[in-house]
Amino acid sequence: MAKKATRESYGAALAEFGADERIVVLDADLSKSTKTEVFLKKYPERFINMGIAEGNMMSVAAGLAAAGKTVFASSFAMFAAGRAFEQIRNSIGYTNLNVKISATHAGISVGEDGASHQCLEDIALMRSIPNMVVINPADDIEARLAVKAAIDHEGPVYMRFGRLAVEDVNGEDYKFEIGKGVELTDGKDVTIVATGLMVAMALKAREILANEGISARVVNIHTIKPIDAEIITKAAKETGAIVTAEEHYIMGGLGSAVTEVVCANAPCPVKIVGTDRFGKSGKPAELFEEYGLTPENIAKNAKEAIALKK
Amino acid sequence: MDTKRRLELAIIANKVRKNALTGIFNAASGHPGGSLSIADVLTYLYFEVMNVDPKNPKNPDRDRFVLSKGHTAPALYSVLAEKGFFPAEDIKTLRKVDSYLQGHPDMNKVPGVDMSTGSLGQGVSAAGGMALAAKLDKKDYRVYTILGDGELEEGQVWEQAMFAAHYKLDNLTAFIDFNGLQIDGDITKVMNPTPIDKKFEAFGWHVIVTDAHDFDALESAVAEAKATKGKPTAIIMKSVKGKNVSFMENNAGWHGAAPNEEQYNQAIAELDKIIADLEAQK
Repeated sequence: MAKKATRESYGAALAEFGADERIVVLDADLSKSTKTEVFLKKYPERFINMGIAEGNMMSVAAGLAAAGKTVFASSFAMFAAGRAFEQIRNSIGYTNLNVKISATHAGISVGEDGASHQCLEDIALMRSIPNMVVINPADDIEARLAVKAAIDHEGPVYMRFGRLAVEDVNGEDYKFEIGKGVELTDGKDVTIVATGLMVAMALKAREILANEGISARVVNIHTIKPIDAEIITKAAKETGAIVTAEEHYIMGGLGSAVTEVVCANAPCPVKIVGTDRFGKSGKPAELFEEYGLTPENIAKNAKEAIALKK
Repeated sequence: MDTKRRLELAIIANKVRKNALTGIFNAASGHPGGSLSIADVLTYLYFEVMNVDPKNPKNPDRDRFVLSKGHTAPALYSVLAEKGFFPAEDIKTLRKVDSYLQGHPDMNKVPGVDMSTGSLGQGVSAAGGMALAAKLDKKDYRVYTILGDGELEEGQVWEQAMFAAHYKLDNLTAFIDFNGLQIDGDITKVMNPTPIDKKFEAFGWHVIVTDAHDFDALESAVAEAKATKGKPTAIIMKSVKGKNVSFMENNAGWHGAAPNEEQYNQAIAELDKIIADLEAQK
């Protein structure tokens, strides 16, 4: 199966869909890593290197958007959502301007660079901003389509891309719509709601559970905000137990978003697979194991959620 | 500038001061000191320099203005009202719960406001983004922004100073309201940003030092900024915080405090006298 990092998909999509003269791409000295250099090579006149100054980059993006541009602003998730949070909140979110914050190197799958570069709070931070759309694509095709959808969407969007090559979970005929979750497989005993690279692990967890006679539904939530309340409420009602899976802190991410919906609409047990610790250096596979971001741990949590059913 | 026009601008600027204070008094909160110090330059920009049309506030070819020191919104709202963007009496709704006149400028609520500001350091960056957009679109509109001197303590200002010089944004003019005071007192004692001129020069800007309350000086400074090619211009304006209200002048206590009724009446009486004197000279 083909494997590709979603940051690669991002760069390719910028070049593929970047013909519109209104599109301007900003990067903070990381174009080789974020892959905005693919756009730079095709449209050098509309690529602006901002240097290592993420706060200024976000406010400049707002100024460009206020003057009619569709702006992509890229850096690592830690320095986009983290360092420049308040610029994003005030210059882009509050103003509702047409800026697409495209953050790569999210999560512990950054690997060897360690905790300072492993952003595990970006979903929580960006989700808290009114007007902001938050998208975390699971694979190459979803990442490419998310970029296209972000261009077509008027207003601020945060997109979360990874460094690590991930396998495809969607087919070539896949249709992407902002705010619409995808039921990848049906199931009746429990629902695994996953986002980003955890979607592939959710599908593997489903196989583990199937071998034990447990039927798990798998839902891909690529858009964490606005979240697809309908697909989650339906899952809560029909399967009565949910486990969420994300490469993010337990606090404030997908698990929190799902819990907000479930508590309001159809209360049922929800277990959240994520972490509450800083990351560290290591190979991504080793870190996934140490932090419990594995199909086995998702399956274990699924069984615990089922056990909590009344 | 001929004497008559200079007097007319001074009268408008003092009406702007009156209206800003009326807003702050009715809101019982706001920032009078820095609003009074920038009333002259705002008046000069909106009545003599900028290509803006109150009937078409979103014209894509218009000149842009960003109030990077967003807390002095009462002065901006008052000059926009004088220019005809909205009724001057609306200033009495400033900061009230159903008003479009927010405590800090909101581009989506107030006609004529080009960028929402309030968090210091961000406005000047947005102004740089607009100036870059003009260059990318090969348009000849210009972008003006006003920063506070205390605002220069924000690191983001210098990120933008690097950026605007690097991309040769000669269509960007940044005014520095150098009144020497910030909330906690004398800027050189709180966190000294001086020498301001040498810092901007070192970052690659053209620098002009001028008097914030002299329309002839502002006129020549703006002309020099427009004539400067290949680099942005910083116009450092020596100003008086609380200008033209005797008890507010050079007093940091009036940075963010509203006058009581007696103080408000006295301030209005002082400004009315200045306006009457100017009218008499016409």
